[in-house]
Amino acid sequence: MIELQIQKELQGAKGPFVLELDLAIKSGQFWTMYGPSGAGKTTTIRMLAGLMNPDRGRIVVRGEVWYDSEQKINRSPQQRSLGMVFQDYALFPHLTVEQNLTFASRNSEEKGRIPGLIDLMELGTLRNQKPGRLSGGQQQRVALARALVQQPPLLLLDEPLSALDHKTRVRLQDYLLEAHRKYELCTILVSHDLGEVFKLSDRVALLENGKVRRVGTPGEVFLGESEELSLQIVGTVLRIEEQGPNIQIRVQIQGSLWQSTLPFADIKDLRVGDRVVLYADQQHTQIRKV
Amino acid sequence: MNWEPLILTFELATVTTLILLVVGIPLAYWLAFTRWRGKAVLETLVSMPLVLPPTVLGFYFLLAFSPSNAFGAWLDEWLGIQLVFSFTGLVLASVLYSLPFMVHPIQAGLSGLSPSLREAAYVLGKSRWQTLRLVLLPNIKPALLSGVVLSFAHTIGEFGVVLMIGGNIPGQTRVASIAIYDEVETLNYAAANFYSGVLFAITFAILLLVYLTNGGLQKRLWP
Repeated sequence: MIELQIQKELQGAKGPFVLELDLAIKSGQFWTMYGPSGAGKTTTIRMLAGLMNPDRGRIVVRGEVWYDSEQKINRSPQQRSLGMVFQDYALFPHLTVEQNLTFASRNSEEKGRIPGLIDLMELGTLRNQKPGRLSGGQQQRVALARALVQQPPLLLLDEPLSALDHKTRVRLQDYLLEAHRKYELCTILVSHDLGEVFKLSDRVALLENGKVRRVGTPGEVFLGESEELSLQIVGTVLRIEEQGPNIQIRVQIQGSLWQSTLPFADIKDLRVGDRVVLYADQQHTQIRKV
Repeated sequence: MNWEPLILTFELATVTTLILLVVGIPLAYWLAFTRWRGKAVLETLVSMPLVLPPTVLGFYFLLAFSPSNAFGAWLDEWLGIQLVFSFTGLVLASVLYSLPFMVHPIQAGLSGLSPSLREAAYVLGKSRWQTLRLVLLPNIKPALLSGVVLSFAHTIGEFGVVLMIGGNIPGQTRVASIAIYDEVETLNYAAANFYSGVLFAITFAILLLVYLTNGGLQKRLWP
């Protein structure tokens, strides 16, 4: 269980604003911080990690106070038990894959976990390579494995998948989910990819200008639904063509194309390039802009 | 031939470089990462020997170290150290004189590393010292090498500072650069040529090594 109540003044593109958060995150949940860049997503997880100080507030993780501005408690990053994957992965260039993992271990028990992690992330053939020779996706797996060596209760991920191509990204999402479930982590992901949000998260906090606009399941937050009874898929509109009274629309969904002919009224406010959610129940297919 | 001035020169350069490594790494680390506002003043002081005539530095050292002044007298009385016209004094002056040549490359190397490397080590529970030793320094080997070699070479080449505070005592403070000047004064060109030739060859070799090393040889020899 994580309690996060923090305030911090930040400089945005349009001048200063105050990041204000009040979130309660349950153990075992996968959370995503979603929102436009500059909304305070990365700042939030950096403050959780102790790499940045809030102006005031309180951070309590599993009953341990990590930060409390009133009681003047502020644990250093070293004293906070968490794993973090950085946007640029932050692998140590002078160490091999295996040495990077060994670097993270503090005792023989943690060292003993390394072979298991190397298997889980399928790094066996790369263990003696230096990070400079690995692809983005491979580096990402190493960074994730390194963050898990200490089996921290909390895993923070700062847009780790944003620089990867689609196929690699989907595979890494699977690795992430597997690790999250296997180690019963509390995971917080910063992302601005909706497909990723729907696939991975139990809860989303939608941040805008430092404020939490909405919190809930991805369905609640993005589709305004309280219950998810239908199939939902996120895609991008590629083409809209008139065909008599109807409109033919083509949507890219992950790797493949979906095409349908719908009444004009249903899609009149859509444009090429829009992010949309398709949802299908037994009778209908609907498309809605996110 | 008399090798004594040359040997003394290399002794001075070695001792100076070793001390500079110990002093320069923490100073460069601090300059690279501090957010203290007065940082610019300290950076300027560190860089002063680059532009100041060595004789100015030597002159102030002479004043400070002289037993007839407060600081020099205090050193002499309490610690029994004579800094003027002694090898110890030469080392101290050389450390300050070559300071920028050690600090600048290391500071640039450290600032050039991605901040996330440090942060990743902190999050994994490593202290600042462990992070410096195990993560930062191994990733700036070329900068460290430049610092060591440039400080060494620069100390070999110093003349003005030594002349001011070292004098010309054989075996104590008579380094090669002074000996060359001395031999020329007495029209002994053969000896001056010998010292000069050796210094020229060695300095050339050292600098060549740096350029070769930082230009890729390092990756093959020291992966």
